[in-house]
Amino acid sequence: MSDAESPTNPNLSPGAQTDDFEAVEVFSESTDMDLRPGADNCYKCTACDVSCPVAEVDDEFPGPKFQGPEQWRLKRKDDAAVDDSIMSCSNCMRCDDACPSGVPLSQMHNTARGEYVEEEMDKLSREYIRNRILANYGTLAQLGSMFPRLTNAIMGNSVVQQINEKVLGITAEREFPDFATQTFREWWNERGGPKVRSEEKRVAYFHGCYSNYNTPEVGKAMVRVFESFGYEVVVPKQRCSGTPMFANGMLEDAKRAAGINVENFSGLLNEGYDIIASCTSCSMSLRQEYPELFDIDGIKDVSKHTYEALEYLRIHEDLESEVRTSSVEDQAFAYHAPCHARNQGLDRQAVELFRELDGVEIEDVGDSCSGISGTYGWKEEKYDKSMQIGADMFDHMDHAQGDVGMTECPTCSMQMEHGTGYDIKHPLQLLEEAVV
Amino acid sequence: MAITDDVLVVGGGLAACTAALSAAETGARVRLLAHKKSTLRQASGLVDVLGYAGGDGPFAEPYDGLDALSDDHPYHVVGEDGIRDGLRLFDEAVGDAYQGGHTDANALVMTHGGTMKPTARYPESVAPGLASSSGDMLLVGFESLTDFDAPVAADHLAAANVPFSVRGVTVEFPKSFRSDAKVTRFAKALDRDESVSGGTVRSDLADAIAAELDGETRVGFPAMLGDDHDDEVRDELADRLGVPVFEVPTGPPSLLGLKLEDMLFDALDEAGVRISTGNPAVDFETEDGRIETVIVDQKHRMTPYEADQIVLATGGLVGKGLDSDREHITEPVFGCHVPHPEDRYDWSEPEAFGDHAFARFGVVPDDELRPTDEDGAVQFENLRAAGGVVGGADVAREKSASGVSLATGAVAGRLAGEEATQ
Repeated sequence: MSDAESPTNPNLSPGAQTDDFEAVEVFSESTDMDLRPGADNCYKCTACDVSCPVAEVDDEFPGPKFQGPEQWRLKRKDDAAVDDSIMSCSNCMRCDDACPSGVPLSQMHNTARGEYVEEEMDKLSREYIRNRILANYGTLAQLGSMFPRLTNAIMGNSVVQQINEKVLGITAEREFPDFATQTFREWWNERGGPKVRSEEKRVAYFHGCYSNYNTPEVGKAMVRVFESFGYEVVVPKQRCSGTPMFANGMLEDAKRAAGINVENFSGLLNEGYDIIASCTSCSMSLRQEYPELFDIDGIKDVSKHTYEALEYLRIHEDLESEVRTSSVEDQAFAYHAPCHARNQGLDRQAVELFRELDGVEIEDVGDSCSGISGTYGWKEEKYDKSMQIGADMFDHMDHAQGDVGMTECPTCSMQMEHGTGYDIKHPLQLLEEAVV
Repeated sequence: MAITDDVLVVGGGLAACTAALSAAETGARVRLLAHKKSTLRQASGLVDVLGYAGGDGPFAEPYDGLDALSDDHPYHVVGEDGIRDGLRLFDEAVGDAYQGGHTDANALVMTHGGTMKPTARYPESVAPGLASSSGDMLLVGFESLTDFDAPVAADHLAAANVPFSVRGVTVEFPKSFRSDAKVTRFAKALDRDESVSGGTVRSDLADAIAAELDGETRVGFPAMLGDDHDDEVRDELADRLGVPVFEVPTGPPSLLGLKLEDMLFDALDEAGVRISTGNPAVDFETEDGRIETVIVDQKHRMTPYEADQIVLATGGLVGKGLDSDREHITEPVFGCHVPHPEDRYDWSEPEAFGDHAFARFGVVPDDELRPTDEDGAVQFENLRAAGGVVGGADVAREKSASGVSLATGAVAGRLAGEEATQ
């Protein structure tokens, strides 16, 4: 009989055992991220696999359980390389929410993907170059928006789209998003910055790339709504939140961007500013991925003070009463909750809030992923899968009463528009209509 | 400011859903606050109330066993009325998808290990497999679905002297998937009736089983017979085989559990319950012995939720509503008192399936399901507890887990709702 089966042995009384117990450091004090406790928490229930939108349509994809804890154990052996299937994970992060055992799945996927790209991927390959371009959308957009009309004409040209697909592997099926003729930041500077000053109510806006270059109306709505509630809004200089970089394993690019963002925002926290994002992937990145993946001064404070815009007002204002006593012209929306909103617990707030708004019909189009997952659906080899994942959402949108879509995520909105032809609004735009 | 409601239910399983539905019936504005995806996904989808107590059982009716339960059992706090109210809420939420509501009697439902479990409500797809139904049984398992070993399960059943003959066979699924394919992949293939060489998944599967049938008058499968089109899948297989087919509930992630989760969350939506999921409640603020605010860790950032009344339905040791280290058992959200022997060697028995003390660990409720402190005084005026976090029941041995959740959920939810809307 082993000791474990004979706990009554007087020499092993619990007191004696705990008094003499000294923790021994079994593993080296490496500065690498030690994900072993997370891996050990996995009891292989496969709840994560069942929640994975990629695994649902791709029989070859081994799923989050393999990509996370199983792969982590495998690659602890020196001779085991990260499996290339990690590049098929779209970083929707749904597995985090599905795991009943607290395994940090997306953190494992991000680190594995980073390692794969760094150590396995040929830096001259078409895939690497394409991914690097997609991951650095902000840089691309900065160039494109210098001459927005010209760029829009070029990118919308079907010959250019074919070349993009053939040369770069960027699908020709999608319409490249138009650049605004005036970026959000240009508008912000032209209006002379904040119109409201306050010592008490202050927010720093993280607009991200998309609402700056492509949908400045979302950023403008954010500013007007917050100013109408008496907030001083500031717009610090910023880089990409890192979301597309994580998804493509470009962790060095992401770390550089994170460093600049943390530096520019963390200083404002002491002055009473909270950080607001209008894109739920940006807020997800600042809140979860930053502190999980990088060790940068002030990064935890940034995480602790970052909010999605609507969420902030729900917590700090009586937004519900405000909305209930307002009205807008009759309109009906088909709302889709982005995966990253889901993980922050924000998937129901738009429907919950706007149900109370006079004139508005709003309906949730179900809990499926839209399928685009940022840059994933832009890749030529992923396009069909991306549309298969989105099929449920398109179907529900067709059946919904509304013929205008609504979502917080820029790429989900591209996918919604691409699959249905609907116009897509951001919740802030409706809120602006209601309360400003 | 905070996000404000009348009743805040903390948890996402059966007890939490029931408490929220019950509170909503009083007209209160209710929010369900759940951390992860519902634990219903891990559950069999069966709803037991009471099968065994005081060394007796299985009981013909769950109510037969109430007297044999110890005085501190949650069923004695809520009474038979509470149990019936919980079942009523459940029946209303799931409608025709479940059976068993026509009688007070327990049904004997087969588990994937081949044992019989006394059960009060069961999915309709399970019904033809009841031990009380007559007819010889063929159980079908698949090489690639390791959760269910049909020959072993059949042997177990036969050894339990069921009044029919039972045989298990292992066949190949008509379509091959990667070796660790999930149960939902099989269900999807049947839903879509995917084509395979020579036919479709449904027709080929029926052919393979028809070749094995030897006079049996019902055929059981692990629960994987379709998801969105499950009725259609079962009907077609039954039609092709000429005998009824049924599902045997399986372990996590269980298709029947996933379906139950969908039904209950739909019912919550229908009842106007607001739902916030994805993040854990980690802290709280009090004033004059009342919980004013529950603090939720929303990816490292704290969000306050306010409500007049709170229901704690976070589960037991397995569901993480109770936490343990080598010396203590704690209730991590509100720090409710959880009595336990000082010596942890008294927490369990040497036998794996023994009468473990830990199985009954949990908060000690007053007669309104409010957790009490060491002295028996109510810990917080406006906090009630429901489900696995409530101590006093050994739900695994009693086969009472769902019933305790339904009954305490129904009563805690109703009392909270009434208090909040007074």
